[in-house]
Amino acid sequence: MGQVAEGSGDLQVEGLTKSFGEQDVLHGISLDIADGQFVTLLGPSGCGKTTFLRILAGFETADKGTARLGTLDLLALPPHRRPVNTVFQNYAIFPHLSVFENVAFGLRSGKSSEDEICRRVGEMLELTKIEDLSARHPQELSGGQRQRVALARALVNEPEVLLLDEPMSALDAHLRHDLQMELRRIQHEAGITFILVTHDQDEAIAVSDRILVMNEGRIEQDGTAETVYERPVSRFVAQFLGRANLISARAEGTLEVATDLGALRVGQLPAWSSGTLAIRPEDIEVRSEAPAVNGVPGVVGERLFRGDHWELSVQAGSQDLRVIVEPDQYHKEGQQVWLEMPVDDLLVLRD
Amino acid sequence: MAGKLLEIHEGKATTRGKMVRAGLFLSVPALGWLGAFLALPCAALAVLAFARRGAYGSVDWAFSFDNFRRFVGFGLFGWSSDNLLILLRSAGFAALTTALCLGIGLPMAFWIADRPKRSRLVLLALVSAPSCINLVIRTYAWMLLLGSQSPPLRLLRALGMVGPDASLYPGALAVQLGMVSCMLPFAVLPLYASTERLNWSLVEAARDLYAGSLRTFRHGILPQILPGLVASLVMTAVPSLGMFVVSDLLGGARVMLIGNLVQQQFGMASDWPFGAMAGLVLVLGSLISLAVLSRWGSRIAGGQA
Repeated sequence: MGQVAEGSGDLQVEGLTKSFGEQDVLHGISLDIADGQFVTLLGPSGCGKTTFLRILAGFETADKGTARLGTLDLLALPPHRRPVNTVFQNYAIFPHLSVFENVAFGLRSGKSSEDEICRRVGEMLELTKIEDLSARHPQELSGGQRQRVALARALVNEPEVLLLDEPMSALDAHLRHDLQMELRRIQHEAGITFILVTHDQDEAIAVSDRILVMNEGRIEQDGTAETVYERPVSRFVAQFLGRANLISARAEGTLEVATDLGALRVGQLPAWSSGTLAIRPEDIEVRSEAPAVNGVPGVVGERLFRGDHWELSVQAGSQDLRVIVEPDQYHKEGQQVWLEMPVDDLLVLRD
Repeated sequence: MAGKLLEIHEGKATTRGKMVRAGLFLSVPALGWLGAFLALPCAALAVLAFARRGAYGSVDWAFSFDNFRRFVGFGLFGWSSDNLLILLRSAGFAALTTALCLGIGLPMAFWIADRPKRSRLVLLALVSAPSCINLVIRTYAWMLLLGSQSPPLRLLRALGMVGPDASLYPGALAVQLGMVSCMLPFAVLPLYASTERLNWSLVEAARDLYAGSLRTFRHGILPQILPGLVASLVMTAVPSLGMFVVSDLLGGARVMLIGNLVQQQFGMASDWPFGAMAGLVLVLGSLISLAVLSRWGSRIAGGQA
């Protein structure tokens, strides 16, 4: 066994490019990730997020580009020398080893003493709350327990960066919710950089400090969960994260743009002459009288009661707008209403 | 009866007795098969092995240990190591055949599993194709290929690289070659069944957890291919131990294996009881190697880090 390389600090990725045959999977990804950040790569399947992760882990090679951890050239090392560990999508727990031995695997590959192995594995089983399962075999574990074993097995090595490849996709919704909290807690306690890959926007928003939305091998938007959700910059981001009403518009160099719903005032000057506006369903206000700005008349169509809110489909102009209102606001089908689109919430997309 | 089976299938069997009865019923074909084709012949062999050869090749049913004494070497002219050497030689040939078959078969199984789906089927067909030809004919083909008049040897002779009498046939090397070529498909096919559905993420996990090549193989690959490995060990080792056609044809009279001894006693020598003793030893040898192999297999399967 060779030595695992030392490296610490921020992860700097520069121009990472990868293609499989004819197909370009990554188009020159560049990004910096600060030490201790919880970053999520969010995108649909085939957007290149998993390939990016596998390149960092060492299971794929990049065609071009570099990845540095502090001063350490990560891509020059074979996977078993990188100070990086992975939580695999299907957990990849060794079926012939007990929970304890699975967690101890990385330490046993090195030169740790038996005492140290026992101590560190014990601590990690405690952190991930599976100390009672230590002697069990993987076949006797539930999905959620396996997930914890996979997490413990990677974290026990105290990697500089932990890579998580869709770690919750095999779990049911309820369990997933609990584990998201857990993941956040563990990341805070371990203080390690987490890079998580997922196609689940709720998961991304819930756990991460920062979200990188990926599409077709490029980063579409990079920002905090709030920014990416509240201020999507592109059509793709607006539609991939949550739901957005998209409105085609024509601009003539002023803050007033023309749409099928009439003239609307926006908060920022569009860079295009013909493009798209977006507004989140929960940002649209329903009024009985015409508001001062950005009022659009409409007729209430289908209504769905969702428990904590009403979801309305409102016919305005030639468009059906989705609107979310408080559960105590009752509207009848066919009712005439005014929709107010607050200037700050009406977003000008870049395409 | 069909109704009863259905109940068990859906987990509704109410009493233990019902389950046991159904289990016994279902095992009748297997037990019947084993009884008729394994237990009975073995029992017959065991009885025959302790009888005596009568006049003109008949069997004299008097119990004696003579055959055993003779097998371990005590003959009319004092002790001789002939039979034990035959046994040892058979074990050696079988071990080497098994090792070579696995040594060639394992990389081959990995390589085939790595091909695109369509080529995999073609390659598997190619691996098993020689088995479609009768073993005797295949072995004669080896005689031609390895004999002194074979084109490769003629070429080498013309180039002056080998002497005028050089030939691989008949001899131990020819026997070894023939045995490996005969057993290879039986080694490759069970291995392929394991390599084809190998979960590579376990290999990646081992790499990710700092394991070097050996440790990655030990924990990422070996436990997954172990069933295939044990199956191909058994499928190769046991038949090679009893092999006689190949050694007979390719060995000339020089390579006598236990299979040949059995064949000779039951055939030319008309000494069935002694042949039975040799056969009994062969069966015991096979059983022992089976037991050793399966224990070894389960020890690795339940292994520690």
